[in-house]
Amino acid sequence: MTTARSQTGTGENLAETFSEYVPSVEARDIVSIKPRYGLLIGGEEREPLQGGAFATIEPSSGDHLAEISEGTQADVDEAVAAARGAFEAGWRDLAPRVRAKYIFRLARLIQDRARELAVLESIDGGKPIRESRDIDIPLSAAHFFYHAGWADKLEYAVPGMRTAPLGVMGQIIPWNFPVLMAAWKMAPALACGNTVVLKPAETTSLTALLLGEIVQEADLPPGVLNIVTGAGETGAALAAHPGVDKVAFTGSTAVGKKIARQVAGTGRRLTLELGGKGAHVVFDDAALDQAIEGIVDAIFFNQGHVCCAGSRLLVQEGIADHLLGRLKQRMELLRVGDPLDKNTDVGAINSHAQLQRITEFVEGAESEGCAIHQSGAPLPERGFWFRPTLVTGLGGSERIAREEVFGPVLTVQTFRTEAEAVAKANATRYGLSAGVWTEKGSRILWMTQRLKAGVVWANTFNQFDAASPFGGVRESGFGREGGRQGLEEYLQLEPAAK
Amino acid sequence: MATLAGAPGALTIERPDGQPVHVGPVDAFALETRAKRLASRSVKRESKRAGLLLATTCIDLTTLEGGDTPGKVRALCARATRPDPDDLTVPPVAAVCVYPALVAVAREALQGTSVRVASVAGSFPAGQASIDERLHEIRAAVADGADEIDIVLNRNALLAGRLEVVRDEVAASKEACGHAHLKTILETGELGSYEMIRRASFIAMAAGSDMIKTSTGKLPSAATPPVALCMAEAIRDFEQQTGEAVGLKLAGGIRRSKQALGYLAIIAETLGTRWLTPERFRLGASSLLNDIVLQLRFQTTGRYGRPGDLPVD
Repeated sequence: MTTARSQTGTGENLAETFSEYVPSVEARDIVSIKPRYGLLIGGEEREPLQGGAFATIEPSSGDHLAEISEGTQADVDEAVAAARGAFEAGWRDLAPRVRAKYIFRLARLIQDRARELAVLESIDGGKPIRESRDIDIPLSAAHFFYHAGWADKLEYAVPGMRTAPLGVMGQIIPWNFPVLMAAWKMAPALACGNTVVLKPAETTSLTALLLGEIVQEADLPPGVLNIVTGAGETGAALAAHPGVDKVAFTGSTAVGKKIARQVAGTGRRLTLELGGKGAHVVFDDAALDQAIEGIVDAIFFNQGHVCCAGSRLLVQEGIADHLLGRLKQRMELLRVGDPLDKNTDVGAINSHAQLQRITEFVEGAESEGCAIHQSGAPLPERGFWFRPTLVTGLGGSERIAREEVFGPVLTVQTFRTEAEAVAKANATRYGLSAGVWTEKGSRILWMTQRLKAGVVWANTFNQFDAASPFGGVRESGFGREGGRQGLEEYLQLEPAAK
Repeated sequence: MATLAGAPGALTIERPDGQPVHVGPVDAFALETRAKRLASRSVKRESKRAGLLLATTCIDLTTLEGGDTPGKVRALCARATRPDPDDLTVPPVAAVCVYPALVAVAREALQGTSVRVASVAGSFPAGQASIDERLHEIRAAVADGADEIDIVLNRNALLAGRLEVVRDEVAASKEACGHAHLKTILETGELGSYEMIRRASFIAMAAGSDMIKTSTGKLPSAATPPVALCMAEAIRDFEQQTGEAVGLKLAGGIRRSKQALGYLAIIAETLGTRWLTPERFRLGASSLLNDIVLQLRFQTTGRYGRPGDLPVD
């Protein structure tokens, strides 16, 4: 600093006091959590037939929140039968505009109860309220609005084809975006005239059950949406159920492969949205500050619990040191802590098991010779937390460079040319997302044509819209969610009579 | 001196001493996203009070009307030294900003206080006069007792690509200021893109401005969070290259405390808290001060006061 100037002591204290941002915590009293939750089958809340239950806990404290019913094969049978009944008893044959009316009503109720859904999502899942409030819940409502609009226009969805619903949908969703993933799956299924059995992830059942309550409030016919909570076995029972006409699964690649084997040869339909190891390519002409924002949003959004996270940073060699220096400074600004604090940037890790998994990955990388850099953010004493982390000094063969960590951990490698960037970006078994940062438009197009990923973002990352199809290639799965392409996954198509 | 080569961001500007500074690109979408997020930080209780007091000490209390008179300027100066007549713990503002013709009045009214006298000069607000006339006006305002001079950047030359002219005029203005501080107004509402705002920021800094400023306040489009962030990033990059810390003044349309707190958050998280001092940060405003006073009274008493209870000028 060549122009050091005197500062008054009070001025400095005011600046520090200001920029600490004392906690600004969203009130919890808008949600009421019951001690125990049943299953939603045929429009009624029911105890599971064999009576098991498990606890759901708050990741930011480790506190017990509620008992969730563990559905078994018998419950799945009942739920599928209820969904079949509702399908055949009228949902299938309902006038499309009436179906649209129900889905519009759901969308509006989600907006009405947005704050409640957002607070519960942050309590049960650990994500920052800023994200659940500004992204998860508004986007969920948007998916219902978008698909409600399609319900009476399906004859125009696929030119030259007549459409019909498929039947009973078995939908299994993950814990990273509980409401949003339920919305992505339920909204197109219902709009196309199908009925649903939904299996939420075991650590995040509460908001799915609240959605169930909202569906009841919207007065949907009983059995159109059924919710069977539980863990992996419950999901497996649903995926294997012969009464399910289509399985839609979002989750890990390992489980996805298992489901694919179960469904193979049965004639039942399947879409899989699985893991990812997204490459984020930054060229030396990119707008640096904005690229850094993109990198931060790509890997630290939702604690990195994002299947399309940009978890592998590929930076052009000439700017690597400069960019990493800036990135480290930026990481120091990330506020890690109470998910309900409106100024929190990075919340709690979703579960103890996931925290262990992330920790193992990073320790493994260290023992393989990688350099680990973590932000200095102070962490709360209780609950599950992991600091934003940067892993450098990779060769590319390390486990952390190849496998999905699903945490706030970014690996960094360099490249010299466009061709090398593409080769490194594609050197993965996944293919869900990728990002490109450059000021040069022709280079964006060149890269986009060659990157093997279901979605490529240019000079931004993690942008979603109900009208835009999302999905993967290779071991990131198949099928699309959102947009006209997403509708086709929930429709029986036949050539229209001339 | 200015070379335009390769990518849009590959612009280099030579400082008067010959040292080049590299401008670099900026991208609108992520800039706007980040600015919006920073400007909506939830600032409560002690942090809010500290922010409001800090904002007060950084205000350039401004009147730039054709109808300004010595009487109005004296009333403004009284408000500048004692923003809340009922609470003397509320600190004085940084400066009072007037037209050159009223500098002498403000100087006299502020004698013996910490409040500085700032004057617009150099054919404010359009700058469409000969450089000699503009420099003459600067010298006259300084001679009348101005501590700080707010000039307008030559947008005519900037938008026509005559970057040397822009730089040389700012450098000449800086020289004309003598001991007075130079703030250079970019008038961002006329520049058309963040790239041009970034370019103008670098030219103004390279030419020796002590502070760069968003707007004259005479256009509907003035300071916005993304514009503030764009200029703050330019200031940080300029410091990294030259070691020189240039200040930032935001002006135009800042009327509410909440806006001011949002801008403080943008500065704190981009340039750091060392920029949150009147030496390096200013808010050019007139009605903002009374809104802050009402907010501070609410913090103290728990009751909202009436705007009509506060002095106006």
